[in-house]
Amino acid sequence: MSPLAPVLVFGDVAEGDLLPSLHHEVTATTVVLGALATRDWRPMHHDKDFAVERNGTKDIFLNTPNQAAWFERYVTDWTGPHGRLGRVVFRMRDSVFPGDTMVLDGVVSEVALDDTGCGWVGLDITLSVEGDVKSTCTARVALPVDDADNPWRRGGDRWKP
Amino acid sequence: MTAVIDDVRALIGVPQYEETGEFPVERSYVWTMCASVENGNLLFWDDDVAAEITDGPIAPPTMLSVWFRPHHWAPGRTEAHLPLKVHFDLKERLGLPEAVMTDNTMVFHEPVRPGDVLTTSQILRSVSDEKQTKLGTGRFWVIDVQYTNQRGEIVGVESYTGFGYRREAGPDGGAGEGAS
Repeated sequence: MSPLAPVLVFGDVAEGDLLPSLHHEVTATTVVLGALATRDWRPMHHDKDFAVERNGTKDIFLNTPNQAAWFERYVTDWTGPHGRLGRVVFRMRDSVFPGDTMVLDGVVSEVALDDTGCGWVGLDITLSVEGDVKSTCTARVALPVDDADNPWRRGGDRWKP
Repeated sequence: MTAVIDDVRALIGVPQYEETGEFPVERSYVWTMCASVENGNLLFWDDDVAAEITDGPIAPPTMLSVWFRPHHWAPGRTEAHLPLKVHFDLKERLGLPEAVMTDNTMVFHEPVRPGDVLTTSQILRSVSDEKQTKLGTGRFWVIDVQYTNQRGEIVGVESYTGFGYRREAGPDGGAGEGAS
């Protein structure tokens, strides 16, 4: 079997590069499916009355672990399967509701080799609805430095996420 | 309240609620998760790709917390088992009936694989003084959740920032627009 070539290697990336935007129409199904996929049974992610009356929000809203999954998908859509996430930090400023069109945008904020030779890319990502930023995310993802490299083979002292 | 906050802060840095997941990591949840966000990463859908890149199937790294969210019901269980118990302890002890999560940090180490049985513990890192926000008056706190596999290898650490609060009726009787 011939080795699968990486979609993106470290040398392809420069600070300031933009990632393609991702648009998604959020429905009640998006919210409920995301909550159930993350085993989050709390009612504000499936019961509108509860969300309105107890949380003071206008509707059910995307839960935290599912937002993390959206950010992961956004990053690995760009890197391909060789991209290995090291760290994700995100902050929810506001909620995402059914009826929203969410837009994820990202920019490369940092490109650096660490002292083990691992190629790290820093990304600043926003999740917005009608131009209002709802969540921000910084991600640190390792890319192969060349076609023969594979960040997934790293462990122990050679993996510094 | 002063004594309560002192008691709560005495728990900072102390590992609590070590527990092993109720079920092994499984691929059907991986697929449900990928479907929920339309994640087409071939690592999760193509076994040949997974074999070549990650020595076999793995779970999406961001699924860490999923493996510890308890069943909604289980036979013989009399009280609701809440994930992130330290968070709910804080709400109860500090008298803050509502809460939201604001920040979430995840650091990923060894890949998580189907069949892994993970263990977790929760560590309170900080509790703020009372603050006023548009949601109400309350406190921010940071909780770390550390995950290890059956070989004792760290697979990840999550840090959560929560805000526990009381909704307060303003002069107009409203509680504000909340998080909307």
